[in-house]
Parts: sequence; structure tokens; C-alpha cells
Amino acid sequence: MAAFWSVKRSDTTSHVGSGALALAVVGLAVVPQVWNASVVQQLTTLLILVMLAAMWNALSGYAGLVSVGQQSFIGFGAYTTIFLTQQGVAPYLAVALAPLAAAGLAICLAPLVLRLRGGQFAVGTWVVAEAIALMVMLDHGLGGGTGVSLRGLNVLPSHIRRAYTYWLALAFVVLLLGLLFLLLRSRSGAALQAIRDDEHAAASVGVRTAPLKLAIYVLAGFGCGAAGALTLANTLFIQPRSIFGVHWSAFMIFMVLVGGLGTFEGPIVGAVVFFAIQNWFSDGGPWYLIGLGAVAVAFALFLPRGLWSVVSQGRQIQLLPVGYHLSRRPTP
Amino acid sequence: MTWANAIIQGVLLGGLYALFACGLSLMFGVMRIINLAHGDLAVLGAFVVWLIATQGHVSPFIATVACLPLMILIGYGLQRTLLSRSLRSGELTPLLTTFGLAIVVQNALLQVFSADVRGLGGLSGLLAVDGWRLGDQLAVPYLGVTILAVAVAVLGGLQLVLQRTAFGREMRATAQDPEAAALVGIPASQVYARATAIAVATAAIAGAFLAIHSTFDPSSGPTQLIFAFEAVVIGGLGSLWGTLAGGVTLGVAQTIGAVIDPQYSILAGHLVFLIVLAGPRGWLVFSRRPRAWQPSGR
Amino acid sequence: MTELLNVRNLTARHGQLPAVREVSLTIGRGEVLALVGANGAGKSTLLRAIAGVHPIGGGTVHFDGSDITRLPADRRVAAGIALVPEGRRLFPEMTVEENLRVARSRPGGWELEMVLEAFPMLRQALRRRASTLSGGEQQSTAIARALLTNPRLLLIDEVSLGLSPVATEAVYKSLDRLIRAGTTLVLVEQDLGRAMSVADRIVCLRDGRVALTAHAGAVTREEVTEAYFGLGKPTAVRS
Repeated sequence: MAAFWSVKRSDTTSHVGSGALALAVVGLAVVPQVWNASVVQQLTTLLILVMLAAMWNALSGYAGLVSVGQQSFIGFGAYTTIFLTQQGVAPYLAVALAPLAAAGLAICLAPLVLRLRGGQFAVGTWVVAEAIALMVMLDHGLGGGTGVSLRGLNVLPSHIRRAYTYWLALAFVVLLLGLLFLLLRSRSGAALQAIRDDEHAAASVGVRTAPLKLAIYVLAGFGCGAAGALTLANTLFIQPRSIFGVHWSAFMIFMVLVGGLGTFEGPIVGAVVFFAIQNWFSDGGPWYLIGLGAVAVAFALFLPRGLWSVVSQGRQIQLLPVGYHLSRRPTP
Repeated sequence: MTWANAIIQGVLLGGLYALFACGLSLMFGVMRIINLAHGDLAVLGAFVVWLIATQGHVSPFIATVACLPLMILIGYGLQRTLLSRSLRSGELTPLLTTFGLAIVVQNALLQVFSADVRGLGGLSGLLAVDGWRLGDQLAVPYLGVTILAVAVAVLGGLQLVLQRTAFGREMRATAQDPEAAALVGIPASQVYARATAIAVATAAIAGAFLAIHSTFDPSSGPTQLIFAFEAVVIGGLGSLWGTLAGGVTLGVAQTIGAVIDPQYSILAGHLVFLIVLAGPRGWLVFSRRPRAWQPSGR
Repeated sequence: MTELLNVRNLTARHGQLPAVREVSLTIGRGEVLALVGANGAGKSTLLRAIAGVHPIGGGTVHFDGSDITRLPADRRVAAGIALVPEGRRLFPEMTVEENLRVARSRPGGWELEMVLEAFPMLRQALRRRASTLSGGEQQSTAIARALLTNPRLLLIDEVSLGLSPVATEAVYKSLDRLIRAGTTLVLVEQDLGRAMSVADRIVCLRDGRVALTAHAGAVTREEVTEAYFGLGKPTAVRS
């Protein structure tokens, strides 16, 4: 008759999944020892994409904030790295410090943008990104509108430099996913998902939404700052128009929608898919972007939980135990 | 003299921004969505006008009128297909859908028309270049006055329709409470489709005047969306005359910024927007769910 | 008395929770039916499902012989069903007159002048904004607005909730005229005495199910109260 329910945070698949993930990290760590430098550079790009997708997903999938302006932090992270090296800070230290500056920027911007809702937040953050880009372009010390190179790294042999950048990117991915994991595992995780589902309802049952949204926004600023600094370390040259470009937001939205909005694993899947598409089709010019836009729309409308929901459908597979599961157990 | 000139040019430029903002404001007011493809649809309209004007050898002003039926149809169809579906699946989906649409429209234009920068000023005759001279450094261009007049006419006409007609009443009712509107027999989907049709048509008018006033290319859309959004927010959400005031404020901020240094022009506009957002009015507008949209003057 | 509305095994949910469970109900032409039951018994949800503003989880709704289960609310209005919803749901930024004129009318007898005769208190309030009205004025405007769609079936949720005794009296006086004119009416009314005096038939809901159906004259207040609270014998059905 009456079935008893138990709440579980993890099950066999998630134990296996966590193990597999740990193995994957170890496997990824030895890549520079095995593969050549161009593969390492490509994989660094992939890691940056994973970071970006995870951060955008944290914002919209968990805090309900659709941002079209995370390029603020990507560009700010990259330009802070330039600025710090100009002040004599060692390049890799600058790359590691820049994300903290981006988090600081997020803290400063939060009172301004977090009061916005829905579409207003989306366009509001975009305006902020444009304004920051324009201010950077006005600063001739930072190369103005024409762009600037990261000095100090090209003294290293290229394979060494690429390996270091790669490891740093891997470390940031592990750190960011770890922070996100802890946030979702904490008491706040359930609250965040309540905010995502219905902010007014969550607030009405006493969930304090503001500090959580702030935490996510600052984390996303930190993560996107890291992605920007690492993009600079990976390519050694940036232009304000491109590092502050809205195409970053398009890519993030694509990855998260395709992978699975509001799931922990989805953005990783989406980043891999996007990475593959980028390598195969990016020569297609406008058609490539038309395809990206159309696919994103199709996923938003017809498969809002993305590819990951197809993979995990009905089986509740989780690589990491971030959710809650009800399981029926027989009456004792 | 340069300051006076800057202010005059800014006011006139504000007319253009108000035209861009009108449709954005209407769609937000009625459906509570911000159409991120608004700027790109305006540029699509500019290309349609350009095609009609160059292929049909007619004045861009006639071409603008001629393109309206097509744009109304596009808006209506857009709501009936993409938007109505995305509106059913939550608050975030329309944003994602319209952002995807923006990318598709922008790149489709790039594919068809290439990245060449075009303008319609050359085809528009004296109206586009001449003006009233009020001294050495002060001139009031005919075109700017025309655009401002069109903006006032469009916003005022829309206001009149909303307040005086049964159609406008239904639109306001649906904006305030779609379910209660359905309970008195008003289908929200029909009202939304009409609102989108009007919004896209006004966007096309704005796009055409952008093309006559300066230049455009397939990537012009996002900037116009941002300006439109700034105008809407500066003017205060939910008011059509406010949108005109917002457009004018933005225009004046940009031209005054440009007097200091041409590089400051757009940044000055962004800063005014951010100041409004940070100021007490910003709190008022955003601290609660914005009020149902209502034409001003009540 | 021929059948106007036929509800078969209707189920409706709030999220996962069933609010209306397999309710079957028929309403005849010209009948006045009072729907009673405790808070959360499913009265409002039932009315909303019939009007088409609450998704139907199972079962069918037939109106005047045709299946309207899948019809959206605005098409049901066009077919002749009007609901005065809980909370009245006037358009707060519009004047009373605009609230009344916005209704899409089916062909039929009700016009602005006639509803103003039925609800005299609205005549002075025509130019006022709906958000400034008193409870009685709001309820009158809401009922008048629904009447202007020329319904064949009028559903009114919580007729007297939040109204002063004077306002309640005025609203019921107007309803009397509708009833005498032969309007088919379903009322949700907390005041049991009032419900039993005005209605031909009483339906009591409990936990989303029909706990009692009875002709108003053939049932005592105590019996309805028992069904209301689920006391006494399980599910007494009399008709």
C-alpha cells in the first residue's frame, strides 16, 4: 500500500560517474606529455569552452539570469592580465590573478544589474559589456582599438608554454566545476533550483534569493574572467572588438542549450559538441552561424533540457551527485 | 554655437532612436518579452527598402511605405510560429529564441547581401542633405526634422489607437491580465500577433530611416537594439511618450559626448543609461515587477 | 429541462496534486446551481476548468451537445460560457466603462445600458479606474462584464466573498433579475443559507469529489454541512 520514499543524493551511476570523472581529469592532465603542441592548444580551447558553458549555465540554468553580457568578464580578465604584466607581474601569475579582478568587477556591477529581470538583465548586461569595451578602447596604454599582445610568454618554447597554459586551464576547470558542485551540494543548491523554477514562489516560502544570485553572479564573473585570461594566454593577442564581442554569449547559449540547461553535465556535453562543430564547420562563414542560431532556437523550443536529457532520460544518470532523487522502497 | 548645434542634432537623432524603441516597448508592454532580434529585424527592413528603392527605382520614402505590408506579415508570422511557442515554455525561452533568431537573421543578411556598407541617402534627394541654415555653425537638417516628425506621428498614432479603439482596448486588457482577457473572449495569441506585426513594421520604418540618415550593413542590428533598449529604459518602462523622451535624451547625450571627443559619443549614451539604472528611478522601475503597460497621460 | 452543460469524469491538477477528481455534473437550461464546499475542495478549479483557463487532466466537457474539452477559453466565451473569476480580475488600469466595453459580445440581449439598469451602482462609477472601486462595485463590474459577453451559462466564483452585507444584498438583487430572466447560473457561495435559498440544486465538493448532489428543497442544512465536512455516512447522493 503505502510506499516509503527515501531521498538519495547519489547512486551507483553517480559513484561510477564521479570515479570516471576523476580518471578523466588524470587522463587530461597527461595530455601534454603525449600529444603535440597544436593538439594541446586545441584542447585548451575546449577547456575554456567548458568553463564558459558551465558559468553561463550556472547563471541561467540555476539562477534564472539570462545574460548576453558575460563577455564583460571575458574581456576584463584578458585586459587585466595585460595590465598586470605591464606592471611587471609574471604572465602566468597575472593569468591566475585576473579572474579575481573579474570577480571584483562582478561584485561592483551586481547592485546595478541584479535588480534587472528577464530581458532587462539580458540587454542591461550587454550594454555594460559595450561600455567597458569602449572604455578599454579609449586607453592607448592597453593598445586602444587595434589590440595588444601578451608579452613575456613568447620567451618560453612554444610546447612548454602551451603545456603550462593547458594545465592552468585544466586547473581552472576543476576549480570552477568544484566550486559549482559545492554550491549545488550545499543547502543553497535546492534553493537555487527553486529560484530557477519559480523565483516568486521561492521567495514566498522564505528562500532568500538575493545572496544566492549574487554568489552565482560573482562565480560566473570569476569563471568568465579566467576564460578570458586563458584565451589571451592561449592566443597571445587580443582585440577589444573580439574579446568583448557578443558572439561569446551566442556560443555560451548554444553550448548550454544543446547540452542541457540546468543540468550539471549538460554544459560539458554542449562544449564538446560545439568544439567539434567549430572545428568542422567554422569555414562555412555565415551558414555556420545561421546553423548555430537555428539549432539553438530548435533546442530552446523542442528540447529545452538538451542532449543530456536524452542521454539520461528515465535513468537519472548523474556523473556527479548534485541533485536529489526520490526512490521508492518497500514498506518495512 | 557648437553646443546648441549638438543639442539640436541630438534631439533630431533622438527621433530615430524613439522609432527604434517604439516596437521594442510595445512588445515588452503587451507580451513582457524583450525581442533580442528587434534590431536585426529593423535592418532586414532596411534591406527590403533598399531592394525596392534600387530595383524599382522609387524614392526610399515610397519604398518604406511599400515594404510595410511585407513586414507586418513577417511580424504576424513570427508571433504565430516561433514566439507563441516560446511564450508557452516559460520566461527565459523567448529570450533564447529571439537571440537565436537575431543570429540567423543577421547572418542570412550577410550571406545574401555581403558585408558591404550601404546607404539610401544618395537616393533620397535634397531632403537627405539640405536643411535650414540658422547661422554659420547652426543648421537644422530637413531629414532630421522629418524623422522626428515621423517618430511623433508613429508614437502618437499608436497611442491614439491604444486609447480610442476597441483593438487598442483589447491590447491593453491582454497586457494587464491575459487570462482575464481570455475570459471575456479576447484571444491572447491574436492580440500578440497584431502587436508583433506593428512592432516589426515600426522597426522597418526605423531601419529605413537609419539607411537614409547614415549607413547600414548586416551587422548593424545589435547596436540599434541596444540604443532602442536604452531609450526605453531612460524614458521609463511602460510609456510611449516616455520612450520619445528617452530617445531624445540618448540622442543628446551622444551628440554632446561627440562634441567633447567623437570617441565619447556612444559611451556617453551608455553612461546616461547606466546612471538612470543606478539612480532612484532605476530602483523604482525595477525593484518590483513592472506595472502592466499603459499609454501615458492617465 | 434540457441539458446545457455535461461534465464527465473531469480531473484537474495543481502541479502534481489533483484538485478535481473525476467529477461528473450536468446542468440544465435555466437551472441555478450552487457549488459549495470547504476551502481547497476544488470549487474554483472546477469552474476554471469549465471556463477553459485551467488545464483539464482527464474527462470531457460538453456544452450544448458539442465537445469543448480542448477549446481555449476565448472560444468557450464565443460559445456562450462566461466566468466571473475568483478575485474578480478586473483590468485595474482601465475605467469601469472600458472594462465593460472590452468584452467581446456574442449576439444577444445584453447591452451596456441594460447592465447599468441591472447594476445601478455602476452608473456613477463609469469613469473611475477599476483599481479604485469598492468590493461591491468590483464584483458588480465583473458580473456585468461577464454578462456583456452574452453568456448562455454564467459561472460566478465567490459571489459574496469580501462584500459588505449591503453590497451582497445589492449583488443578489441583481442576480435575482438574471435568474428570473432564465439565465443558467452556477454560483460558488460560502454562505450556505444564501446558496440554498437562491439555487435550484446544491452540489457539495469535498477533496475534489462530489460529496452531495441534492435539490435545494429536498435537503436540510445539516445534511449539506455533513457532506461539507465529511461527517456522517460516506458520500450521500440524493437527487
